Amino acid sequence: MTTVAVKPATMAQALTRAMRDAMAADPTVHVMGEDVGALGGVFRVTDGLAKEFGEDRCTDTPLAEAGILGTAVGMAMYGLRPVVEMQFDAFAYPAFEQLISHVSRMRNRTRGRMPLPITVRVPYGGGIGGVEHHSDSSEAYYMATPGLHVVTPATVADAYGLLRQAIASDDPVVLLEPKRLYWSKDSWNPEHPTDVEPIGRAVVRRPGRSATLVTYGPSVPVCLEAAEAAQAEGWDLEVVDLRSLVPFDDETVCAAVRRTGRAVVVHESTGFGGPGGEIAARITERCFHHLEAPVLRVAGFDIPYPPPMLERHHLPGVDRILDAVARLQWEAEG
Amino acid sequence: MTVMEQRGAYRPSPPPAWQPRMDPAPLLPDAEPHRVLGTEAAAKTDPELLRRLYAQLVRGRRYNAQATALTKQGRLAVYPSSTGQEACEVAAALALEERDWLFPSYRDTLAVVARGVDPVDALTLLRGDWHSGYDPYAHRVAPLSTPLATQLPHAVGLAHAARLKGDDVVALAMVGDGGTSEGDFHEALNFAAVWQAPVVFLVQNNGFAISVPLAKQTAAPSLAHKAVGYGMPGRLVDGNDAPAMHEVLSDAVQRARAGGGPTLVEAVTYRIDAHTNADDATRYRSDAEIEAWRAHDPIALLERELTARGLLDEAAIEAARQDAETMAADLRERMNQDPELNPMDLFDHVYAENTAQLREQRALLRAELEAEQEQHGEHGEQKGGTR
Repeated sequence: MTTVAVKPATMAQALTRAMRDAMAADPTVHVMGEDVGALGGVFRVTDGLAKEFGEDRCTDTPLAEAGILGTAVGMAMYGLRPVVEMQFDAFAYPAFEQLISHVSRMRNRTRGRMPLPITVRVPYGGGIGGVEHHSDSSEAYYMATPGLHVVTPATVADAYGLLRQAIASDDPVVLLEPKRLYWSKDSWNPEHPTDVEPIGRAVVRRPGRSATLVTYGPSVPVCLEAAEAAQAEGWDLEVVDLRSLVPFDDETVCAAVRRTGRAVVVHESTGFGGPGGEIAARITERCFHHLEAPVLRVAGFDIPYPPPMLERHHLPGVDRILDAVARLQWEAEG
Repeated sequence: MTVMEQRGAYRPSPPPAWQPRMDPAPLLPDAEPHRVLGTEAAAKTDPELLRRLYAQLVRGRRYNAQATALTKQGRLAVYPSSTGQEACEVAAALALEERDWLFPSYRDTLAVVARGVDPVDALTLLRGDWHSGYDPYAHRVAPLSTPLATQLPHAVGLAHAARLKGDDVVALAMVGDGGTSEGDFHEALNFAAVWQAPVVFLVQNNGFAISVPLAKQTAAPSLAHKAVGYGMPGRLVDGNDAPAMHEVLSDAVQRARAGGGPTLVEAVTYRIDAHTNADDATRYRSDAEIEAWRAHDPIALLERELTARGLLDEAAIEAARQDAETMAADLRERMNQDPELNPMDLFDHVYAENTAQLREQRALLRAELEAEQEQHGEHGEQKGGTR
């Protein structure tokens, strides 16, 4: 077996490379959005694409999210594979009608005759000191819309792999990019860049016996950090990275929770009406007899995303996760 | 002498970057809606086209009447009639080549049928057995759009994509006067103009958005004037004058095809019927107003012109009527058959491949149907049960 070069890269670089490779492999792939051209996106994720593929394939659009996604619908109808960038999470809201009334339903409405292979990239979540409307976690809105796939990477390899899979998918995919992980580096194998689990599969990032942390996107590194810290308490925490919120991988999640008998769902999004409620309910419905404790949630507070100087109090951190773990009644542990 | 002049240093000048983008004058619509019937231009119009338009108008009027009757029999959940607006509908379809695309709103069933879609399939959305009954690619007709103006950016995107691929395809997108207030209308026109996309926007100004009159909808001089702000020409046309509609739309389509970019066409027309069968139009408009518009009926206008010029006789009128009756009888008969529904279809087109969750829910429905079948025998799932 040959040793493959594994080199560190940032998530942003992996995403750029994913679009570049997809565009090189398939002339129908078009990138569009605000500032994606000369500027390379405000996060530089589309850096160099306009130069390499021309402005017809990496297009600076007028500043209008409904228009960007709405025209992408028409482009997809004519055989293109648009990759749409929504500049920030809360900026995507004007495009919700297009997403919900058309993008998610066109396949269904036309009995499969008009599928829309559109990828909607949404930089989401907080932790970068953004001002209002720059830090929302909007995943629950997308999850509640049948017809969309909703995926979110937590690793550099997944960022590349999931974006390539999203672009190749014949269904619309919302790719939620945790913006505070854009500059996170980890080892990535550019020789086999798509060698990741497919959309719809969760991954156990850290095996453990005491309890399972079920999480995704920006909260994955936080949970891994919490698991390290928990070792001092004698707790061996398992961390499951969902990767895909729709479809949801009941199998991997439930297998993990059955092993440990305890689960905490962790995410930045609000707890009330948030993804954690759905996930906790699914776990309870399927694993009730295996559970030693109720499924707990550690989520953002049920408040509008706070101003940057206060966001650290809102975001689920290691301590809040460990407190929840402590509430899972440890007397059953040996 | 002012203070500024005394100082002598101040020279008023525009900001450095400012210059007019273009002369707006050529984009402005004419003061009066363009007309052909009753003018000298009518004599220059191809008689064959005029006869074709006439036959389609008669057919369209009959289709509207039949579909409205079907709502009363409970065969259609709802039908937004376009009676009075047939000239806009027919012209929209006839101005396009086969390779072009039509993006209709929910009221544009006639345009969809005139484009070649089966009259029954065009009503599927309104009958309630599926959200769209036809293959959009078969006739290059997008599904009827229920949300207002949201199909306009689709038309822009499709036209833009076609041009990128080197195809000389034009998209014609239809919207009502109310739809021009929606954000998607603005975004679509702006994108189209910036991209110089080969699109024609047809606004059917029929006076009312359900009950709200145009004066409460917009403060613009006319809807066609809105074009100027986007940098595209606006055209104003008598929407009840079929050859005028055809001429203006054909010009706009040709202009788009030749690389001239988008056009906004406002057709001034009137909705003779209520918004739908669920609407009470007497609450917001007078009989006198309706009667004035009845006197400007698109079929009567064209019939008068054709008859006066010896292009149409009683026999031809009767033939058109007969053709419409045959279409209506066929529509009635086929619509009176119960559609064959398979509940398992509910899960077939949500995703390319069903998720585990949908597979579970599908199994649940199947079990429910089987239990139902056991209880009621023939009332259970009959079709496609083996899938």
